Amino acid sequence: MPPKTLYEKIWDSHVVHEEAGKPALIYIDRHLIHEGTSPQAFAGLSAEGRKVRRPDLTFAVMDHSVPTTAKDRILPIVDTDARLQFEALEKNCRETGVRLFDMNSRNQGIVHIIGPELGVTQPGQTIVCGDSHTSTHGAFGTLAFGIGTSEVEHVLATQCLVQSRSKTMHILVHGKRPRGVTAKDIILAIIGKIGISGGTGHVAEYGGEAIRDLSMDGRMTVCNMTIEGGARAGMIAPDETTFAYMEGRPFVPQGKAFEEAVAGWRKLNSDDGAKFDMTVELQAQDLAPQVTWGTNPGMVTSVTGRVPEPGSFHDPNDQKATESALKYMGLKAGTAIVDIPVDRVFIGSCTNSRLDDLRAAAYLVAGKHVAHSIKQALIVPGSRGIKAQAEKEGLDKIFREAGFEWRDAGCSMCIGMNADVLPPHERSASTSNRNFEGRQGKDSRTHLVSPVMAAAAAIAGHFVDVRSLDVSSVE
Amino acid sequence: MEPFNTHTGMVMPLDRVNVDTDQMVPKQFLKALTRKGFGRILFYDWRYLPGEKPNPEFVLNFPRYEGASVLLARHNFGCGSSREHAPWGVKDYGFRVIIAPSYADIFYNNCFKNGILPASLSEEQVEELFQRTEKEEGYMLTVNLPNQTIADRHGLMFRFDLAPSRKEVLLQGLDDIGTSLQHEPDITAYEKTHAATATMYEAVDVQNYTDGR
Repeated sequence: MPPKTLYEKIWDSHVVHEEAGKPALIYIDRHLIHEGTSPQAFAGLSAEGRKVRRPDLTFAVMDHSVPTTAKDRILPIVDTDARLQFEALEKNCRETGVRLFDMNSRNQGIVHIIGPELGVTQPGQTIVCGDSHTSTHGAFGTLAFGIGTSEVEHVLATQCLVQSRSKTMHILVHGKRPRGVTAKDIILAIIGKIGISGGTGHVAEYGGEAIRDLSMDGRMTVCNMTIEGGARAGMIAPDETTFAYMEGRPFVPQGKAFEEAVAGWRKLNSDDGAKFDMTVELQAQDLAPQVTWGTNPGMVTSVTGRVPEPGSFHDPNDQKATESALKYMGLKAGTAIVDIPVDRVFIGSCTNSRLDDLRAAAYLVAGKHVAHSIKQALIVPGSRGIKAQAEKEGLDKIFREAGFEWRDAGCSMCIGMNADVLPPHERSASTSNRNFEGRQGKDSRTHLVSPVMAAAAAIAGHFVDVRSLDVSSVE
Repeated sequence: MEPFNTHTGMVMPLDRVNVDTDQMVPKQFLKALTRKGFGRILFYDWRYLPGEKPNPEFVLNFPRYEGASVLLARHNFGCGSSREHAPWGVKDYGFRVIIAPSYADIFYNNCFKNGILPASLSEEQVEELFQRTEKEEGYMLTVNLPNQTIADRHGLMFRFDLAPSRKEVLLQGLDDIGTSLQHEPDITAYEKTHAATATMYEAVDVQNYTDGR
C-alpha cells in the first residue's frame, strides 16, 4: 500500500459512498451547532418534513451572543434578536432530542472550547460545525472544518456531507521556540508567510519539534487559525500529550475501553514517505512575538517591526490593500509597533481563552496594574469549566487586582454580537482571530496578539516586546 | 433550488482583494431566524453612512450600477467566516454570477447551495473585464453555464473551468439532501461497521463535571 497522510487515512475511513468523478459522501462523527448558524437549518429540515438523523451525535451550545456579565446572564436577555435565537435553539433541541448546553449550564462555553474539554472531540473523527473555526478540533488528529448553514441542514438530515478530496499541505515548524514566543505567534507567522489564501483548497497538517512541544491548548490555537491562512482544516497527529489530555474527560471511553481507543489512535499519523501537495517550513528560533497592523490576519509583523509602507509591496493590489488598511487602522507607515497605543484589551475567544492562556497572562500581570490610558481590559474564559478552574487557582483575583474585568464564558468581543463591542476608532490588543474591518465593532481597530502580548500591552498602555519582561514561566 | 442555465446582466465591479464575509453581512445581522432579506444589508458598513444614508462613495450606490446582477471581484473573494448569510445577501440583492480570480473555500461551496455561479477567470482576464466595465456604462456580460463561457456584446469570450459535479448541481438546481438520502442504505451500513465512532460514549455524569485540570 502506498504511504498515506493523516488526512487521507481519516478520509478513507469515512467514505460512505463514492463514484468516480464525483464528490464522495463522507460520514460525520460529531456535529456541533450554535445559535447563530442553525435556526435556518432546523427550519429547512422541518419544512421538508425531515428528521435529525443522529441527535445523539449532535451537540448544541449557546456562545456567539451570550452576555458575559453575571447580571445580564441572570436577567432576561435584553437583545430581542439574540433572545429569539436562543429560544429557537432551545426549542429545536428539545423537539429533536439534541443535547444543548444552554447559557446556564455549568458546561457552557465557546463551541470549539467545550468540544475538546468534554472529550466530545476525539482523534480520527470527522467533526463539522457551522463556524469556520471548527478547524480548532484538528489539534486532536481529527478532520474538522467549518460549513455553511445549508450543509448544517444536510448533516442534520443525513449525518453525512458531500465532499471532494482536498489537497494536502505540510507545515513544519522546526526547533525550539524562544521564551515569550507562543503558539499564537507561530500561527500568525505562518499566515504572514503563506498569506491569507496560501492554504486555499488544502488541508494542513502541522509537524516539527516546535509543534510537538506545544500543549494541547497551544495546538488548538495553531489549528484554530488555520482557516485564516485559507486552509479549511488543520491537523496535528495525536501523541502522548493528546492521550494524557483526553483521559477521564466525560465523553472519552474509560478504563480498558480507553486503552483500546488509544491503541487505535496511535495509528493516526502520516506514514513515512507520504506525499503532500505543498510543504512549508519555519524555524521556531527565528520567531519573535507577532502583532497584526492591518485588516486581515496576514497583515502581520514582529513586535520589533514597523508598520509597512504601501510601496514596499510588489503587487499593486497589495499596495492598494495596504493603503486602505492603514487608513482604516489610523496608522502611519513607518510607525514602530511598540509605539502604537492601545485603548482596550481583550483576552478571550476560541483562539486564546484556555487555561494555558489565562495562566500565562496572569503570571505577567500579577502585582501590576493596567495603565491609566486603558479604557477596558477584559478576560473572558472560553468555558465555564475553564472559569471554574481558573478561579480555583486564584487567577480571577490576580486579574481583578490588576484592573481587569473577569467575565463569564462566550465569544464576546471577538465578534461583538453581545454587548462586548469595541467602540468606533478605538484600538484593541486582542487575542482573537480576525482583524477584519468592523469585526469587533463598527470602525474598530483590532491588533491580533498572543495572551502574554495582550497582557503586557494592558500594563504598558502600548505594545511591548514581552521578551524584555520576565517570561521565564510562560509557556 | 432555482436552476441556473444562462444569465445576461449588467456588471458591477468591486475592486478590492480579499473581501471577507464580515463585510458582506456584518455580525449584527447574524441574529436572524430566516434566510430572507439580506440583500438590503449586503456590504452594510461600506454601503451606508450613519442613519442608513447610502454612502455615495461605495460602488453599489453608483447610479450607473443600479440593477447589476454580475459581481466582478478580485482574488480570494469571500474569505473568513463560514456565514452563509453572505451568499444569501449576494443572491437576495440580485447577483446571480460572481466573477473573480479565486474564492475562499467555504464561501465558494456555499454559493452552489444557493444557485449562485462563482466563475473563476485568470487575473489577466478579470483585469480586462474591470477595464471594460469602467469604460462602458451599462456593460453587460452573458454567462453560459452549459458551454462554460462568459461573453460581451463586442465579441470578447472567455472560457471558465468548473468541476462537472458543481455544474450539474447548478444546471439542475439539485437538492443535495434529497440526493444524499437516496444513499440511506449505505449510511446505515456504514454506521453498523463503524460503531466505535458512530456511537457516543458517556461514562461520566456531564452535569456534574467541571474541568479539574
